[in-house]
Amino acid sequence: MNKINIAGAGLAGLSAAISIAEAGFSCNLISLQPSERAQSVLAEGGINAALNTMGEGDTPEEHFQDTMKGGAFLADPNAVEGLAYTAPEIIEKLLTIGTPFQMDGKGVVLRNFGGQKKKRTVYAKSSTGKVIMTALIDEGRKYESSGRITRYPHHQVLEILSEDRICRGLKILDTYTDEVQYLSGPVIIACGGLNGFFPEFTTGTVANTGDLAAELFSEGVEFANLEFIQYHPTTVAIPGKRMLISEAARGEGGRLFIERSGKKWYFMEELYPELGNLMPRDVISREMTRVLARDDCEGPVCLDMTGISKKTWEKKLSDLREEIREYLSIDPAKEPVSVYPGIHFFMGGIRVDEGHKTSMENLFAAGECACQYHGANRLGGNSMLGAIYGGRIAAQSAMKLEHENYEEKTSYHISAEEKQDFYVSPKSAAELKGILADSLGIIRNGDDLNKGIERIDNLLKDNNLTAMEKKRILLGKAMILSALAREESRGAHFREDYPEADEAYRKTTVSRMGDGIEIYFRDIPERRESHEIQN
Amino acid sequence: MKYRIDIERYSPEKKSYIESFYYETDSETETVANALAFLNAKSNLKNADGQDAEPIGWECGCMQKKCGACAMVVNGRPALACDSRLSRCGKVIRLSPLKKFPVVRDLIVDRSVMFENLKTIKLYFEDNADFGEETAGIAYEASRCLQCGCCLEVCPNFIAGGTFTGMASAVPVTRLFAELPAEKIKELSKLYNKHIFEGCGKSLACRNICPAKIDIEKMLVNSNAAAVWKRVFRHQEGVKKWKNQDLK
Ligand SMILES: Cc1cc2nc3c(=O)[nH]c(=O)nc-3n(C[C@H](O)[C@H](O)[C@H](O)COP(=O)(O)OP(=O)(O)OC[C@H]3O[C@@H](n4cnc5c(N)ncnc54)[C@H](O)[C@@H]3O)c2cc1C
Ligand code: SF4
Ligand code: SF4
Ligand code: FES
Repeated sequence: MNKINIAGAGLAGLSAAISIAEAGFSCNLISLQPSERAQSVLAEGGINAALNTMGEGDTPEEHFQDTMKGGAFLADPNAVEGLAYTAPEIIEKLLTIGTPFQMDGKGVVLRNFGGQKKKRTVYAKSSTGKVIMTALIDEGRKYESSGRITRYPHHQVLEILSEDRICRGLKILDTYTDEVQYLSGPVIIACGGLNGFFPEFTTGTVANTGDLAAELFSEGVEFANLEFIQYHPTTVAIPGKRMLISEAARGEGGRLFIERSGKKWYFMEELYPELGNLMPRDVISREMTRVLARDDCEGPVCLDMTGISKKTWEKKLSDLREEIREYLSIDPAKEPVSVYPGIHFFMGGIRVDEGHKTSMENLFAAGECACQYHGANRLGGNSMLGAIYGGRIAAQSAMKLEHENYEEKTSYHISAEEKQDFYVSPKSAAELKGILADSLGIIRNGDDLNKGIERIDNLLKDNNLTAMEKKRILLGKAMILSALAREESRGAHFREDYPEADEAYRKTTVSRMGDGIEIYFRDIPERRESHEIQN
Repeated sequence: MKYRIDIERYSPEKKSYIESFYYETDSETETVANALAFLNAKSNLKNADGQDAEPIGWECGCMQKKCGACAMVVNGRPALACDSRLSRCGKVIRLSPLKKFPVVRDLIVDRSVMFENLKTIKLYFEDNADFGEETAGIAYEASRCLQCGCCLEVCPNFIAGGTFTGMASAVPVTRLFAELPAEKIKELSKLYNKHIFEGCGKSLACRNICPAKIDIEKMLVNSNAAAVWKRVFRHQEGVKKWKNQDLK
């Protein structure tokens, strides 16, 4: 069999590569930048697993329930069941490869995270993603040395090769030498979220351009749930991006307030006495927007971390404190920090089934680029888990394919014209961002969405667009069309013209490039009785 | 404030040249990375002489000092562009690529040798890690290395392709020492001695360079204790607490 090709070397790509190598197969691991630079290293707060080391009687079933509820019952229950029930084993595996999670004499310590009543989040200060990535990169290196993983760093995946709607491999560009090369075999896409569609507006990395997603969309690969974009309630603007203040800050006691009639109003605690500041992110972001609009309130909304104990700052949040001091010249232990919601995560993406198969044969997807696990909204700590677990499942599915051999084509030096096809000017990226940000805000309505479509159609009239610019605009249009088609409010998608959830829309939104962009809804599978994890 | 940014540029066609650009901002917190991103976002970039200029090649990612992509030499000192505040750099700022690595284009260098070095010293567990609360702290610190290469740039002993692999491998290898079962340390120690201990002059020129602010000295002390001194210490009476002392 040809090697399995993995496009992207963040948590999902690395997890897939290691799973393949462990099983004795070989793979190519292709990424624009080395793994150390992937967005996954930015993840701060932690990763969820019902380990029950805190004596709260937590179970995977509760993890399953919370994830389904957090996602407003839009996720595939069988996939989520696999995720929640495998999570403890994934943490164990991460420990065996030396991930230095926070521990005490009894074992791994867990922290509170939003949308979950029990302590379920494993962490390492506020650098959880970084330490997991380091451990996985090192583990991957073992297989690089034995030849089972072949890395192609500084390589851009330009397109997939397909024949009669079957994926045959990849076309990649060495960004250092401009050589184009073909790699044949099944493909796992793990290229991360669509941050590049919102340059400077997200907490993620600018290097996740979203171009590969746009390419796949134009190839007719189905996407799902594109309207669901997570706004994280506690971000701050720093030059060039939005910086996240990890949910751990609230998990450890941080409280949101706004000035109301001259007094601090801890609105989340009053409105939601049970979970308060740890309500799911969509709820908090919306409440923030609402209190900011009130006549009797004066913004900004502030995050008050002054009640966090000295010991907690030192042991659990020292790097967060340092970061806030550095970027905002404020000591959060002494002064509240003004915060505003920022784009943080994309629940939607390439449509995959429980086995991470896409709508194209031999093509798989995992991690933030895929739509799996989080439904209409993701719980903090579930996306690293989803990326690692999803990478593993995608690898298992890809390894089950029949042995096939395709011919490798010869490489060539890319011409200036061909390079231009893949070029995206900062101006074009900014124009698209402007439209998407205006239409796909925290609170949406039909008029704004229709205006967005109109503006997108105008952009598309420009004859000077490069091929890639056009493809990106089309995927952007599919995002707005998905939001327009969903005439209800659910999870991260809130329509003021349809403020209630409507059971009729408890379906997956699918978008596909046919003659034009087609949007349709697909039923969500029922949970199997057997509780057996299949793929 | 108006800054002049002098960039040492290189392309296979034009070879090496210096080109200057102006960038204006009153922000105290904007960095070299923001300036470069701004310049490249212009549809027709002009240099300081008003002539058309090509977009500037540089690598970037997180814009938050967490990915190591944007390492370069700023006013003669290796640093992350996103960690170099313009307001602290002076009115004329000189940017050049890291010199220890082959230049690809402008400020982009090929740091592959760093990753090859990590293979050379076998930075991975053959079997399972074994660690607890006491060593997790050291392992955490060692895990934070960005593989940016700044420490290698200032190291008098590091040459790409040489036997000595430098601090960029000494730091991450500390995680292995902290987490390897005692009986497995021997093989790693051999590689450590050959590729790190013997080549390092211990001048600690690299100490204050690390943009991740990793306590490099602490990492070295730990690894040296495990790799070099361990056997000696184990056989001597009365110094059994070596580990505790060195971990402090
Ligand atoms: C600031 C921040 C904090 C977070 N905190 C948490 C947290 O506490 N807990 C949690 O669970 N989640 C958290 N997340 C979310 C989580 O980190 C991500 O969802 C997850 O890491 C995504 O992993 P991934 O492998 O899908 O993608 P990424 O890590 O984004 O990797 C994408 C890979 O694809 C490559 N790539 C992209 N395009 C191409 C191309 N065309 N050709 C070749 N390669 C390409 C990139 O180089 C990279 O290697 C956080 C995210 C951010 C931004
Ligand atoms: S201590 Fe000196 S020789 Fe050793 S790595 Fe640092 S700079 Fe190089
Ligand atoms: S030790 Fe510090 S300077 Fe050296 S590569 Fe790692 S992060 Fe960079
Ligand atoms: S862009 Fe990531 S460290 Fe500078």
